[in-house]
Amino acid sequence: MTFLSIPILTFLIFFPIVGGIFLLPFMKMKDSDTTVKWVAVGITIVEFIASLTLLIGGNPGTYQMQFAEDHLWIPFANIHYTLGIDGISLVLIIMTTLLMPMCIFTSWVGIKKRVTEFMIAILILEGAMIGVFAAMDFILFYVFWEAMLIPMFLIIGVWGGPNRIYATIKFFLYTLAGSLFLLLAIISLYFKGGHTFNIVALMGQHYSPVFQDFAFLALFLAFAVKVPMFPFHTWLPDAHVEAPTAGSVILASVMLKMGAYGFIRFSLPMFPKASIFFTGFIFALSLVGIIWGALMALAQEDMKKLIAYSSVSHMGFVTLGIFVFNAQGVEGAILQMINHGVTTGALFLCVGVLYDRTHSRLLSDYGGIAKVMPVFSTMLVIFSLSSLGLPGLNSFVGEFLVLLGAFRANAAVGVIAAIGIILAALYMLYLLSKVVWGKYEPRSWALPDMNRYEWASLLPLLLIVVWLGVQPNALLSMLHVSVTHLIGQVNPASPLASLTGGF
Amino acid sequence: MSFSLVNILGTMPEIYLTFFGCVILILDTMIPNEKRSWLAYFTIASLIFAMIASYGLNGKGLPLYQGLYIIDPFSNFFKMIIYIAAIITVLFSLPYLDREDIHIGEYYAFILFSTVGMMVMVSAGDLITLFLGIELMSLCFYVMVGLKKGSHRSVEASFKYFLLGAFSAAIFLFGISFLYGATGTETISGIAAFVANPGSLKPMILLGIVLTLVGFAFKISAAPFHMWTPDVYEGAPTVVTGFMSTASKIAAFGVFLRVFWVSFSADKVDWNLLIVILSILSMLVGNLVALRQTNIKRMLAYSSIGHAGYASMALLQPNRESLFALMFYVFVYMFMTLGAFGIVLMLRKSGEEGEDISDLVGLHKRHPIAAFTMLVFMFSLAGIPPFGGFLAKFYVFFAVIHAGYAWLAVVGIVFAAIGAFYYLRIVMLMYMKDPESSVVFNASSMGRIGLLLTAGMTVFLGVYPTPFVEYIKSSLAIFIP
Repeated sequence: MTFLSIPILTFLIFFPIVGGIFLLPFMKMKDSDTTVKWVAVGITIVEFIASLTLLIGGNPGTYQMQFAEDHLWIPFANIHYTLGIDGISLVLIIMTTLLMPMCIFTSWVGIKKRVTEFMIAILILEGAMIGVFAAMDFILFYVFWEAMLIPMFLIIGVWGGPNRIYATIKFFLYTLAGSLFLLLAIISLYFKGGHTFNIVALMGQHYSPVFQDFAFLALFLAFAVKVPMFPFHTWLPDAHVEAPTAGSVILASVMLKMGAYGFIRFSLPMFPKASIFFTGFIFALSLVGIIWGALMALAQEDMKKLIAYSSVSHMGFVTLGIFVFNAQGVEGAILQMINHGVTTGALFLCVGVLYDRTHSRLLSDYGGIAKVMPVFSTMLVIFSLSSLGLPGLNSFVGEFLVLLGAFRANAAVGVIAAIGIILAALYMLYLLSKVVWGKYEPRSWALPDMNRYEWASLLPLLLIVVWLGVQPNALLSMLHVSVTHLIGQVNPASPLASLTGGF
Repeated sequence: MSFSLVNILGTMPEIYLTFFGCVILILDTMIPNEKRSWLAYFTIASLIFAMIASYGLNGKGLPLYQGLYIIDPFSNFFKMIIYIAAIITVLFSLPYLDREDIHIGEYYAFILFSTVGMMVMVSAGDLITLFLGIELMSLCFYVMVGLKKGSHRSVEASFKYFLLGAFSAAIFLFGISFLYGATGTETISGIAAFVANPGSLKPMILLGIVLTLVGFAFKISAAPFHMWTPDVYEGAPTVVTGFMSTASKIAAFGVFLRVFWVSFSADKVDWNLLIVILSILSMLVGNLVALRQTNIKRMLAYSSIGHAGYASMALLQPNRESLFALMFYVFVYMFMTLGAFGIVLMLRKSGEEGEDISDLVGLHKRHPIAAFTMLVFMFSLAGIPPFGGFLAKFYVFFAVIHAGYAWLAVVGIVFAAIGAFYYLRIVMLMYMKDPESSVVFNASSMGRIGLLLTAGMTVFLGVYPTPFVEYIKSSLAIFIP
């Protein structure tokens, strides 16, 4: 399928990047901020509409890579420009394109200096993120994976809070250090896996157990930093707190998913033996992450930090679900990725709404805002309830499926993970009780209810939260075949493998 | 020795440049001071002329003068890089030399003569020819480093460079004499034939290998032979530093490949350990010490030591992957390092160069384009895609893992992660702090062309390197089939 006679995936990657480059002349112009914002919104909305064609043209009945493109890129070491998506990358790409217009709406008031450059950074970032999900050549994947860091580094470092420099350098170096080991693993895979960087071709190989273990650990370092899993999570609260709202949303909703996507796309199918071997290790780290993240969230005074730690906890469910190796667990994990993207993105947007008015994120500065901002408070309550897993809203389904999968794999793991859900209720209700309910004390700042840009950024997410809560099958049906195939790759003995036939 | 026409024709580019260098010396006495920039245009024209002449000789694997001089695609590739580096250096020189009050005609002649020296180095088929090339290049550099006669630092740097350079030349010559004593020949192919013979005089050859290796390590400023680098780089006029840190190092790498891979490939096991030690030490010193620098020229000097370490890792295994990795690395390295020095030499504060790292603070506010260009160089030097520096590092690690030194690749990766910090710090200072000092970015139109060329190539080599990859592949075909 093509869009404006360009292959659709190439279009999705390069349209925002080229759009960003075309914004460059606006840097020199005076009073061009509003124009730039509207152009950026236009680009991201066109991008979103273009990405919907993936839904129309995609075939959910196959695990093969669709919309495939393949060209020789660098004629030494056989590096190709290969793109392709399956059900898993499809939903992640659509989530990305959906969130980007909202990131721009939320920056409408919040970003005051160097607006043009901010929009350029956001647009280039969008292209690189879609590239990560669409690349089917390992080097191409790595290029997007790392290139994405540059605009994010600038977004946090230039437009962030008071401690932004420390936060952004920590973010960059953590991710870079992990990624460099990924690069070594990629090169080793080339020599072990038949002199190719093609991801699908590399999956079909049989690697020796020792190599699998080493390569798995190298990939683990890169992805665990990104997810982030328990001992590697310390960059996350810093980066989230200091980033501007749009940066926090992109970090939480899209970038964290890339680590989990890496596990699903590379670690499991390429190193099935090592994945099974390290299951206990991943379970342990996930569970510690779930509980630790939740407990830390309870102790926070800063709203963004609270949500950041809740991300650590929620992403623990994702890694847990991936490594239970059954359909419920993995589908639940992917669903949880989407849900976390939508819900946490929305929560960060809500914090942004408050921060733009008051320039404070401290819980103690608020109280009883339901009286002055009733509509906004309703939104915040709904998103918080979604985050704590209220049945009928989106997060419930994902967490439920993960827990179901975990119980099937190991009852004790399921029980411990369930504690995380209880704690989630605790810290989200704590947040609500401090901010929304209670006695309203007038302060120096005015608290008008939401303006139209905030409506534009929050309303679509609200609809999705409700829709996915009622109709999770809409998503699950897209994932089903790809996930079944994935499980067949990891565990050929499972009864499902015969359905799809493995490789 | 016969002076047949083929020999003369094959060395025409060198002859042209020597001739044009002499012409500059004569012209210098005839044209008035304010017209001196014409000499720069003349230098660029003669370099382009020689470049075209070299290109015409491409593809002819000719041993000239009975094997003393070799013209092949491999040497031509290195000559092309040296030409481009020289052209960019001249582009950067124009306003800089005037501002530093060192705009003399001899400067351009020295640029051309040192270029000839480097061309002789990469084409040498004989160790004595090689030595002549190295000396011709070095003598020009000794003078150019001390060009700022009034500056204490510049003179000191020149003197230091001269003394240490003389030492290293003596050591190198000593090594050649051992090799000659053992094998009875100085031609590279003759030594190769002798070494391949199992009954060769081992200890003397080994001593010769070690001593010549020291000479090369000095020229590429690999640790522990790097001591001169920071002082000389800091003291020298920045244009000269840029030229020295790229062209002369690249020429030395070219020589190294030819001498060691052709002559001593049979004894590979013996010198591999030395290369491993050199590269690890260089990465260690380069990356760790650079963290503490406050002068940007010193920082770039240590960074260049670190890069010498990465590049030397590609010398381990004489095969196609390593050769390609090294050639691609030096190609990218030339653009990004020269470009970074170009930015530094265009920063001015109250009559002198803005060479403190703190001078870069808040550059983005005043000169967004200059800051963005520097950002490109810094991320590229740190090895972050989509810039050329990433692919360069990638191919080096690719070659190292292919050679079976996975552990060395891990060591290199760790240093790359540490090294990323000081490049990031520059970006951070430019973009995330408010300006303090009164530094202005002052570029002439020629300087802008130079920056556009270097930054453009740094990006282009990371995004679509295909034409250059094809060119490098065709250049290494003769060397390794």
